Amino acid sequence: MSSEHEFDAGSNVGEDRPPGAQAAARERTLGQEVGGYVLGLALAVGLTAASFWVRGTDLVYGPGLAMALLVLAVAQMGIHLIFFLHITTDPDNANNVLALAFGVLIVCLIVFGSLWVMGHLNHNMVPMQDLMNMQR
Amino acid sequence: MSTEALRGADPYPLEPRPAGAHAPPTVTGHGAGGPAPKRIVVGYGFWIFLLSDVIMFSSFFAAYAVLFKNTAGGPAAQELFDLHNTAVETACLLASTFTCGMASLAVGQRSQKWTQIFLLATGLLGVAFITLEVREFVGLVGRGAGPSRSAFLSSFFTLVGCHGVHVTAGLLWLGTMMAQFYAKGFRQDIRHRFLCFSLFWHALDIIWVGIFSLVYLVGTLPPELLP
Repeated sequence: MSSEHEFDAGSNVGEDRPPGAQAAARERTLGQEVGGYVLGLALAVGLTAASFWVRGTDLVYGPGLAMALLVLAVAQMGIHLIFFLHITTDPDNANNVLALAFGVLIVCLIVFGSLWVMGHLNHNMVPMQDLMNMQR
Repeated sequence: MSTEALRGADPYPLEPRPAGAHAPPTVTGHGAGGPAPKRIVVGYGFWIFLLSDVIMFSSFFAAYAVLFKNTAGGPAAQELFDLHNTAVETACLLASTFTCGMASLAVGQRSQKWTQIFLLATGLLGVAFITLEVREFVGLVGRGAGPSRSAFLSSFFTLVGCHGVHVTAGLLWLGTMMAQFYAKGFRQDIRHRFLCFSLFWHALDIIWVGIFSLVYLVGTLPPELLP
């Protein structure tokens, strides 16, 4: 039942498989697993540093800064998902990926939907000063 | 062509392969090859919980974005937030997510010593993060910028505070996991709990990426540069 390396809290299927099923397609060595985490950490640190650097620099077009920071954040979230949460294209992961896609859809609907609706609401509202005057 | 050869060509066979057959694995996650391993099922269930948690956070993010300019004459983000503090907090949480990954590899190696060392490192970095955050909150409240000052500050404290509460709960869970590994060893059910914990801890860092980027970095941009 046990093999040499059982990374069952990591990305590999360990001993925990149904009777008759065979080992995972790719057994990775400990070195490769550590390498994956180190690469993920390096990329995440790089993107974090880039975010703070972009925030402080004059080199980026000012009004584009917010969008640049958003893109860096989304990129880093992707890095975390792949290297730390091990969301991959592995068949074992198909259900996780589908659930993630649905989650992302809901998150986008909530965030952009709120901004959109509330933006219009603000736009169409009577300015506070006029409202005060009307009540006089 | 024999049936076996045909099966070998089909990555998604309709029935499980006989146990002795020399062929590539058939556990595809599509229901072929029998039920998925418990590890996969546990991870999936917890992943659904995490996604619902992320959706909750997204509502807080939306509230913050909508209420950002409603400072009610009080202090705005530009004059409140200290980006050096945010950078150190980010470094703590990122390092702790890495040590948590190392701990999960140590669990895979069944090494009690390294599991405890890496979990302890994860916990200490988490405590450092919480300490910095509490210090920041106390400072804000002391300057009269508490959650009751304006809609902007209410949404800020709700969003960042909710993340802090998650990290605190994660620290309690972390302590429990260390005790369980120490007292009960690397039993399968304990390892499944730890799998959930590591997913939780990594997910908290993903939320923090959103917070430090959007709340702190975008939030402190000069008003004329904001969308």
